[in-house]
Amino acid sequence: MSPAVRFQNVSRHFGSVRAVDGVSLDIEPGEFFALLGPSGSGKTTCLRLIAGFEQPDEGHIEIFGETVEGVPPYRRNVNTVFQDYALFPHMTVGENVAYGLMIKGVEKSVREAKAKDALAMVKLGGYEGRRTAQLSGGQRQRVALARALVNGPKVLLLDEPLGALDLKLREQMQEELKSLQTSLGITFVFVTHDQGEALSMANRVAIFSDGKIVQVGTPTDVYERPASRFVADFVGSSNVLPPEFAASHSGTPSWTSLRPERIEVVSDGAAIPSGYASVKGLISVISYQGAVTRITVVTEKLPLIASIPATTSLRKGDHVTLAWPKAAMVAMGESA
Amino acid sequence: MSSKGKTVSPLGLRISAIGGLLFLHLPLFFIFLYAFTTEEKSFEFPPPGLTTKWFGVAWNSRPDIWPPLYLSLQVAAIATILALIFGTLAAAALSRTKFFGRESISLLFVLPIALPGIITGIALRSAFDIMSIPFSVWTIILGHATFCIVVVYNNAVARFRRLSGNLVEASMDLGADGFQTFRHVILPQIGTALLAGGMLAFALSFDEVIVTTFTAGQQTTLPIWMLSELIRPRQRPVTNVVAVFVFLVTLLPILAAYYLTREGEHTGGSSK
Repeated sequence: MSPAVRFQNVSRHFGSVRAVDGVSLDIEPGEFFALLGPSGSGKTTCLRLIAGFEQPDEGHIEIFGETVEGVPPYRRNVNTVFQDYALFPHMTVGENVAYGLMIKGVEKSVREAKAKDALAMVKLGGYEGRRTAQLSGGQRQRVALARALVNGPKVLLLDEPLGALDLKLREQMQEELKSLQTSLGITFVFVTHDQGEALSMANRVAIFSDGKIVQVGTPTDVYERPASRFVADFVGSSNVLPPEFAASHSGTPSWTSLRPERIEVVSDGAAIPSGYASVKGLISVISYQGAVTRITVVTEKLPLIASIPATTSLRKGDHVTLAWPKAAMVAMGESA
Repeated sequence: MSSKGKTVSPLGLRISAIGGLLFLHLPLFFIFLYAFTTEEKSFEFPPPGLTTKWFGVAWNSRPDIWPPLYLSLQVAAIATILALIFGTLAAAALSRTKFFGRESISLLFVLPIALPGIITGIALRSAFDIMSIPFSVWTIILGHATFCIVVVYNNAVARFRRLSGNLVEASMDLGADGFQTFRHVILPQIGTALLAGGMLAFALSFDEVIVTTFTAGQQTTLPIWMLSELIRPRQRPVTNVVAVFVFLVTLLPILAAYYLTREGEHTGGSSK
């Protein structure tokens, strides 16, 4: 079976800016796939290349085995949930959702019934007659979702779908999007700059930097085994250890990632467990973050950040011994 | 707002404001008044008597009024249609894309309404001469279209700027081609602006004198007919009767345009 979306060496330039630079990528049918990266990294341009709003300057794009270069957005079986939702202000909620069906020439009673079902699916049953201006941000998002899904797309594209929502609503929508995607079995491709969102929702993540993909993998892959210093730094936070330091603590002599939550504070006089590396230092910063407390420890070579239980009685200026499993040190490529 | 509305402005300011408004609008009253005067050779004040017979005269025994009226309606209608097409296209193009020289081109579109009519008139006249285009109804229409386009363009470009580019993309994403997107998404959004622009353009064209003088051949539009009537000391009140008619024909569309754009701004604002 051909992949849902295939990029082969795709580039898109805007003047001298290489917004997307030689990207190759396969997204499998039924995946919940995240394009993750900082702003300006090319992830949104990739989404627009799939939707058809942009055409590649180089390379080849397939959607379910069909070449789509030169195919306009309205002839592609993909639908988009826009970042600002882009609901039509002169139409009711029901007319918005039925728009795609109306364009296809679906009979009025049929499309109204389908719009009704789609709205019920996003828990907005009975909102058909409302004006879009009367809706809250979360409700507009749901209308946008229903308007896209009612057309039965093969791929659903979501551009920063949760960006404009507050934290509680965002967490709720994350759950709903995931369960929708599971029940519909449609390929979802979403763009986000929020690594937490990408890790919690996606089956697989592609991480973008400067128009290139720097790593593709499951959330566990990219978090536990970052391929580069950029990924280690961008996905969560990480102590990036230079090769000499890593080597002197029984790691491999290459740039190495060490997650703060893998570091423990060993009480004075206690033995370092076997299989652990350790270093002594002085706490220079201590910050309470609710669930955990984050400390910065200045050691002889470099400062290390550690996440420790919030119940700690440590204070700024305390001398501590840090220890971590040697396996927690993940060697990465040289590149930044 | 409400507290500002209650503040009382100084008496002097109020008197000068009322004076200014009277100076601007009192002459209109005389146009109406002289349509009812019994004196037919000169405009005497106060009128020696009042009569409504000139309305009958204008309607029944002055066939020379009708051809200029029809011509003016025809010119205004065609110039407005041309303006609606080209003004909308220009506004769509200039509001959606960014390119070097966009502001200059935008200025070029607006220029004909800023230029004195006499400049536009002379320029068009020499251009038609050079191109050996004979003066006709069509040269008048072209002349009027130059400034009618501006009104439509100005109205449409303001609305286009408020129209989120994403709406067009959303429509395309949902399967609509360019024409369907225009019909179902763009037109409903800019419709009132176009209607308002079109009515203003119609009103501007209907009473235009200067450009018409330079671009007309033997044709006489209604304003030109009125100008020539004023020189003849015969049945002068008939001119005023026609002036009252012109006043209504141009005022009503302008009022409608005002209310349409005001309402449009309101709905445009609330949808944001």
